[in-house]
Amino acid sequence: MKILVAIKQVPLRDSPLHANAAGKWIDDGGLSFEVNEPDAYALEAGLQLKEQHGGEVVVLCAGPERAGQTIREALAKGADRAIHIAADNLEALDTLGSAKLLAAAAETEKADLILTGLQSDDVGAGQTGVVMAELLGMPHSTIIMHAEVKAGGIRVKRELENGWFQHIEMPLPAVLTIQSGSSKLRYATLMGIKKAKTKEVRRLTPAELGGLPAAVASIEKIYTPRKNKQTQIFEGDAKTAAAQLIEKLKFEARVI
Amino acid sequence: MSVLAVLEQSGGQWHRTSWETLAASQQLAAALGQPVEAAVIGTGIHVLAAEASARKLAKVWAIEHDLLDVYTADGYTAALEQLLRKAQPSLVLFPHTYQVRDFAPKLATRFSQVLVSDVIAARSDGGALTLVRQYFQGKLNGDVKVTGDGPVFASLQAGAWRADALENGPTAATVETFVPELSAAQIRQKPEPPFREAARAVDLTQAGIIVSVGRGIKEQANIAVVEDLARALGAELAASRPICDAGWLPMERQVGSSGQTVAPKMYVAVGISGAIQHLVGMKGAKTIVAINKDPNAPIFEVADYGIVGDLFEVVPALAEAARKAKG
Repeated sequence: MKILVAIKQVPLRDSPLHANAAGKWIDDGGLSFEVNEPDAYALEAGLQLKEQHGGEVVVLCAGPERAGQTIREALAKGADRAIHIAADNLEALDTLGSAKLLAAAAETEKADLILTGLQSDDVGAGQTGVVMAELLGMPHSTIIMHAEVKAGGIRVKRELENGWFQHIEMPLPAVLTIQSGSSKLRYATLMGIKKAKTKEVRRLTPAELGGLPAAVASIEKIYTPRKNKQTQIFEGDAKTAAAQLIEKLKFEARVI
Repeated sequence: MSVLAVLEQSGGQWHRTSWETLAASQQLAAALGQPVEAAVIGTGIHVLAAEASARKLAKVWAIEHDLLDVYTADGYTAALEQLLRKAQPSLVLFPHTYQVRDFAPKLATRFSQVLVSDVIAARSDGGALTLVRQYFQGKLNGDVKVTGDGPVFASLQAGAWRADALENGPTAATVETFVPELSAAQIRQKPEPPFREAARAVDLTQAGIIVSVGRGIKEQANIAVVEDLARALGAELAASRPICDAGWLPMERQVGSSGQTVAPKMYVAVGISGAIQHLVGMKGAKTIVAINKDPNAPIFEVADYGIVGDLFEVVPALAEAARKAKG
């Protein structure tokens, strides 16, 4: 079975973030990057399905040159090959635009299953997989904890709210968005890292995929949110701050 | 032109955020000078539609079909697409639920549009709509403008609008039944009944004080530090999702949209940045204390008291001070 896993490179968690000069996205100069965490779980799910059923795992990633590092890491973990849609300024695209690029690249692969993370840590729209499915005419399901290939399709465990779950069956090919924490992530082995250097990374440009789609939704301005709540912050060394806080909790909030 | 609120129900029960969406629709419709309509989807939903019609709105669409008894992405998308082509709203609002996340992006794509998801505020400047949503897990906000033909689609974050702002109408609104054309063959997802993994042994909703731990704890062995603070305060220990995902604490101790929703008299968040999925589960707490090394962490948005610092220094100091204070 051929499994396509769409991954995204995002700034490291806890990166200091500031708006760029245009005020429409962050200034990413000087930041470090990593794979979007839910996408790491999507890759893990793909690798596990390949181990059970054989076939191939192909990683698909749209991003600037630096995304090549994240692609190599996915190959080192065991993906067989990759497609890199190489372009700068992809943040100007909206979800429909990026899903169009990814779907156009996916068309060239005819995968049995497309996996991606349930959302990205940067934009967090949580839609790329669903929109890709619609553009490709495939069924989909989201927030998936587990997937099991069956005769004629796939049976998935979908997370619902408040601790509920549900099983859903659908035919293949299909698109699933994978929940973080759905399994344990593997590390790349030394052998894997070595092999990754020789694995194929096919480069595509937006022009080869029909061009950069115009955005329907665009960010006018990005900014640090104004605080609505007055938070009393205690400073100084840990001991002093702790003593002041406990006093407030006892005599002002009266909770201890 | 109208503002259409798509309300969520399951098995005849409203999703609690449906009324927040309707309240938001009333407010935005007033700003845009348009009427409000609402849609309810399912089988045998006339009771729910009648209930919705008591609110101040122009019309309730009851989207009725046997194939809509149980939610499927394909069924809901096809039914709503047909309704939208008929009702022609300018703005379609949804509660940002797991279910909406599953089908609304697909629906918007049918109109060459994008769902602006998890919206926290909206304003109309002379009819031009600006939607505000969070980026980078709540660290930044962005003002979003939507262009293009077809309706604007937005899903609203739980708690961003208040259900108690909902206005009732002077008389009941018209309920119009809309029967979409659907066939079983076009619904590719075959859902089974929902289930729960296991009965919860820990009921965090009953706890008076909760001390909750997040990613900042770095490794499992360090949880003992936070556990000791919980003991000192007589609190239940809880966690954000990544901690439970890693297996460092059992799932039943998870607070947030996929875990438990709690409202204790005090909630102490240790090393929790405050992604919205966590905040929705605890922001009802009476007093919120945050301990985090990042002064810009979104948890400080909801905190009453905070210490910015290294939790490995602050938490033991707090435990000691708490023991002293309690005598």
